[in-house]
Amino acid sequence: MQIPAAFEYARAESLDHALQLLAEHGEESRVIAGGHSLLPMMKLRIASPEWLIDINDLSELEHITEDGDWLRVGALARHVSLLESDVVVGHFPIVRDAEKTIADPLVRNRGTIGGSLCQADPAEDLSTVCHVLRAELVIRGPNGERTVPMKELHRGPYETSVEPNEILTEIRWPIRARSSSAYTKVERRVGDWATAAAGASVTLGAQGQIEDVAIGLTAVGLDGSTATRSQDAVRGQQPSEDLYAEAGRLAAEDCNPMGDQRGTEAYKRHLADELTRRVLRTAVGRVMSNAGSRG
Amino acid sequence: MQITMTVNGDSVSREVEARVLLVHFLRDVLGLTGTHWGCDTSNCGLCTVLMDGQPVKSCTVLAVMASGHDIRTVEGLASGGTLDPVQQGFMEEHGLQCGFCTPGMMLTARALLDKNPDPSEEVIREAISGQICRCTGYATIVRSIQWAAAHPAGSSQAETPAADPASTDTAEVSV
Repeated sequence: MQIPAAFEYARAESLDHALQLLAEHGEESRVIAGGHSLLPMMKLRIASPEWLIDINDLSELEHITEDGDWLRVGALARHVSLLESDVVVGHFPIVRDAEKTIADPLVRNRGTIGGSLCQADPAEDLSTVCHVLRAELVIRGPNGERTVPMKELHRGPYETSVEPNEILTEIRWPIRARSSSAYTKVERRVGDWATAAAGASVTLGAQGQIEDVAIGLTAVGLDGSTATRSQDAVRGQQPSEDLYAEAGRLAAEDCNPMGDQRGTEAYKRHLADELTRRVLRTAVGRVMSNAGSRG
Repeated sequence: MQITMTVNGDSVSREVEARVLLVHFLRDVLGLTGTHWGCDTSNCGLCTVLMDGQPVKSCTVLAVMASGHDIRTVEGLASGGTLDPVQQGFMEEHGLQCGFCTPGMMLTARALLDKNPDPSEEVIREAISGQICRCTGYATIVRSIQWAAAHPAGSSQAETPAADPASTDTAEVSV
């Protein structure tokens, strides 16, 4: 029977109250939202916080709002809300692609985007999505609010730049014209972590060239999750199968996967190559079909 | 600490330790052992209950987190002496063998049909994809849920055979 070590529990009534509770109880307190990463770790006694600050009642952190050139998503937005949101899929189909593969429907009813990002698991899908979409994160602390780019959120596996007295409150994705995105993942079965996964976001120029691109890989040991040489090879070029193949080849070279029960190193490099090609092809295809349907 | 929640329509208040999981609260404190306890790791879905109408894995929710919420377990599916159409469907279509996954499967089915009364087979399979059955191979579970979708008022509703895609030798099923 897996039971967490004893702890004290407090339910926050507002964001300020949550910050006050964190300040009061110090470094051995942890915020709990969906609980589907923290509770399993507590049950295995990998984590033993002295206080849990429950933020599930903070409905002000559940929003999914289009605001000018940004889509603003509250840290407490559940996976199921992101999966089912028409405004999200309209701007960022990569999010629905990824959400369909995250855990299972029951876990998605509880788990939150903020929790996923703050868990900082190297095999976590939404982290790659946020790298690819060049997300900005809003973090609140006792001295107010600060905004950090996604590349500064994770300091390493399971470690973030959110300080013990701070809370991640909002994820912001920039909305760009003539752009689309895609994510694809190979998993052994429903609910498994990725054997490997890839995401891409592209912006096409007036002549159909790839004006801007971001390519990210999940669970293959890529530093910062972003395939920079693949991006450089693609940027400014006309989309073509040869171009996707070159981006895939570079991604397979640049990643650093470890062989484990999910697959050998060679298999994971093969996936990095193939999945990079697929997400570029899909993302470019989506921009073109959007342009067609608007024309 | 003191917690209060609604369980199958009744308000219950108990004093519990913060670390008690909802599954153990339901089984050991309230004696509602219809909620089964399986893998303990939020993989198998045996412990599924409805929290505010949504299926959740009760091994990964603290009882204190459920305080103030509405919980429905398999004991709350039947109404008076009348089985829920989902329960009826599991009888009619042989949706269980050992019965271990059945309470969770039925609650997920109830939540699905409340949201989408006429789901496709693909939607049904997706809805139960977080729950494991080691007996039936899922085919009869899917048919059971389809039976419930086709009989929203349960067995009391008169159905013509033509309107009932799931009707084969149901008259021979004995329970």
